[in-house]
Amino acid sequence: MSSDGTAAAAADRPTSSGAEVLLRKKEPLPDADPSGPGSPRRSISASSPKASRKGPSLWMLAPAVAFFAAFGLVPLLGTVVLSFCDWNGLGSPTFSGLDNWTSVLKDGSTYHALWLTVLMCVGTFVVQFPISLLLGVFMAGQQRYRAVMSVLYFLPLLFSAAAIGIAFKNLLDPNFGVSNALHLGLLQQDWLGSPTLAFWVIIAVVSWCFIPFHSLLYQAGARQIPKSLYEAAQLDGAGRVRCFFSITLPQLKYTMVTSTTLMIVGALTAFDLIYVMTNGGPGDATRILPVDMYLDGFKSNQMGVASVVAVILIGLALSFALLLNKLSGSDRMESQMEGM
Amino acid sequence: MSVSRRQLLMGAVASAPLFALTACGSGGGRDGAGGGGGGLSAWALTGGPEKVFRSTFARWNKDNPDHKFKVQYFANDAYKQKIRTSVGSGNGPTLIYSWAGGTLKDYVASKDVVDITDKIPTLTKRALPAVLDVGKVDGKVYAVPINNSQPVLFYYNKKLFKQAGVEVPKTFGDLLAAVKTFKSKGILPIALAGQSQWPELMWIEYLVDRMGGPEPFKKAFEQKKGAWSDPAFKKAFGKLKELIDAGAFGDKFGSVVADNNADAALVYTDKAAMLLQGSWVYTTFTNDAAKWFKAGNLGWFDFPSIEGGTGDKSNVYGNPSNYFSVSSKASKEDQDRAAKFLDKYNLSDSACQELIDMGLVPAVQNIEGKLAASKDKDFLQYTYDQTKNAKSFQLSWDQALSDKQAQTILTKLSAFFLGKASADDFISAMNGTIK
Repeated sequence: MSSDGTAAAAADRPTSSGAEVLLRKKEPLPDADPSGPGSPRRSISASSPKASRKGPSLWMLAPAVAFFAAFGLVPLLGTVVLSFCDWNGLGSPTFSGLDNWTSVLKDGSTYHALWLTVLMCVGTFVVQFPISLLLGVFMAGQQRYRAVMSVLYFLPLLFSAAAIGIAFKNLLDPNFGVSNALHLGLLQQDWLGSPTLAFWVIIAVVSWCFIPFHSLLYQAGARQIPKSLYEAAQLDGAGRVRCFFSITLPQLKYTMVTSTTLMIVGALTAFDLIYVMTNGGPGDATRILPVDMYLDGFKSNQMGVASVVAVILIGLALSFALLLNKLSGSDRMESQMEGM
Repeated sequence: MSVSRRQLLMGAVASAPLFALTACGSGGGRDGAGGGGGGLSAWALTGGPEKVFRSTFARWNKDNPDHKFKVQYFANDAYKQKIRTSVGSGNGPTLIYSWAGGTLKDYVASKDVVDITDKIPTLTKRALPAVLDVGKVDGKVYAVPINNSQPVLFYYNKKLFKQAGVEVPKTFGDLLAAVKTFKSKGILPIALAGQSQWPELMWIEYLVDRMGGPEPFKKAFEQKKGAWSDPAFKKAFGKLKELIDAGAFGDKFGSVVADNNADAALVYTDKAAMLLQGSWVYTTFTNDAAKWFKAGNLGWFDFPSIEGGTGDKSNVYGNPSNYFSVSSKASKEDQDRAAKFLDKYNLSDSACQELIDMGLVPAVQNIEGKLAASKDKDFLQYTYDQTKNAKSFQLSWDQALSDKQAQTILTKLSAFFLGKASADDFISAMNGTIK
């Protein structure tokens, strides 16, 4: 997202070209940046009377906009059109009106997938948020042992999702997996083969994968908090816990918005790990919407039906992201550094 | 707003890769191994008879240095996903590898493959007629067999059978009794790769066949309304439920994956007594468990008959063979060359011998002599007879039906095995797919 800085600057301009409307939508991203670059820039450009003349030319946007249009907007529109067509991947699509939409919306399995997707969002958030916040704040300290720990925590981020999926699938195998090697009865569960367990195992593995990333965000956020705030609080007699709740947490507000947005959107589009580990099974126990879309499209070869699911998914992800920004008030974007 | 020359230049430089990319998108597929304009190409699968494909294509390339085949090999799942997009966009190879059945019907319907009925006189005489028939659509040959027949059969662990004092089951009653004996001795009666789903299909296919013969599925295949309501389906599910409830598959089959042969591994590590799988698993036993196999621990038998069922015990399910079709996107000359390859080089004497040496049975006639000379003659003769004597050799349901129906079957059946769906759920879902 190298265009974000440019986007924030361009959004201040009074002109309203098509490109700009596009980029306005992407505003949450720069806003959500933990260091909050939008805010200082805004004050600089507002204080300068020639603001609309200065700054980079709009032409600088052209490549980004062209890319976004070619690889973002056009496929998106194609998907919407395809959701009204009947196509098995061979030959040419034929228009079928609302058939796909009614069949998807009437199908109980769609609502099952939707419910699982919501569970997935909530589940991964509940697991990831507290752990990564605490880890991140812990890692923000400067002691050497923390650096060593940070490297260890960081490891899962270095592996590819497919490799992680295959590794966990084999480790969790009840017949030949780690439980069998260690002869631990309690571990000898049918982790990925039981419809009740599999979903929670997936949440655990997804969290294991992404906690390092979110910890990193919180670490960066926590390091940005000025020392003087803590010193002042300590003079007033505040302990560690008090400092955490009264200084660290409020100062990490924008980091939380970023991290939560990424978590929710990540859960909405989670696919690779699930596909590798369970393929949506056993039965339909882990068939969340993205997996449902893939199986409909590329296994059942019903591109129209898959497109309907895709459009629903896009709608969900966009409204979640917007809602989160409205609720957190980060679109107003006050500086947290005022008076510092 | 003024735009300086420098700014314009930067914009042009920055957007150049985009044009390069789009240019690639429209033209790239043509010069690769894809079929479009230039030369002969073929895609096949890795593993199994890959070695035989390689040497067969090498023979052609040696004899036809001006018209060589470019061949690419893919893993099973990767291939299935790639081929459809490639054929759909007109970038498929000259020779299209398939399992015939529903996919072939789709290809024929959208005119992606050509009729080669009159171009393969030699092969028509050599191939097993029942296997050749699977490659026909409306009586015309659109796909020809290219490798081994793959019937589905029971493997069993002779050591465990002996220890438990169990005889090879001839009827469903025997099977159920054997299951109970093994269970009481703490041995997994039957290994099942539940996570892969398709091995579960073999169970219901055979049970329906033994219950009511091949006709009930034939009606479903022809998309007759309400075909899945045939009593044979419901009764077969009842039998399957008896097995599941007796603990035939244990309670951890949901994690077992067939792609890495974990189900066969359960048998050769003496954890499970029986396995219903395709003939291709035989080489897993001979390669992965050579010592165990040499000790004479592997046995095999036909799917038992069901008391009161009307299906013939000789009926077989499985993949009659894999098939090559000729792409309609190739030039007329290339189509003829590809057909010549299929007729003369494909399943030639040397290719057949190579298959037999690998422990695979080619789908051709009059090879009894060669089979008898093989080191795997017991198994090869057994599967060859099974294929040849079958009153019906039915292509497995997931290959025979459309992809949409196949997915519904696999999902519903998997739920049935886990106790999350009933026979009626399955039947009504399947009837719902017939319009």
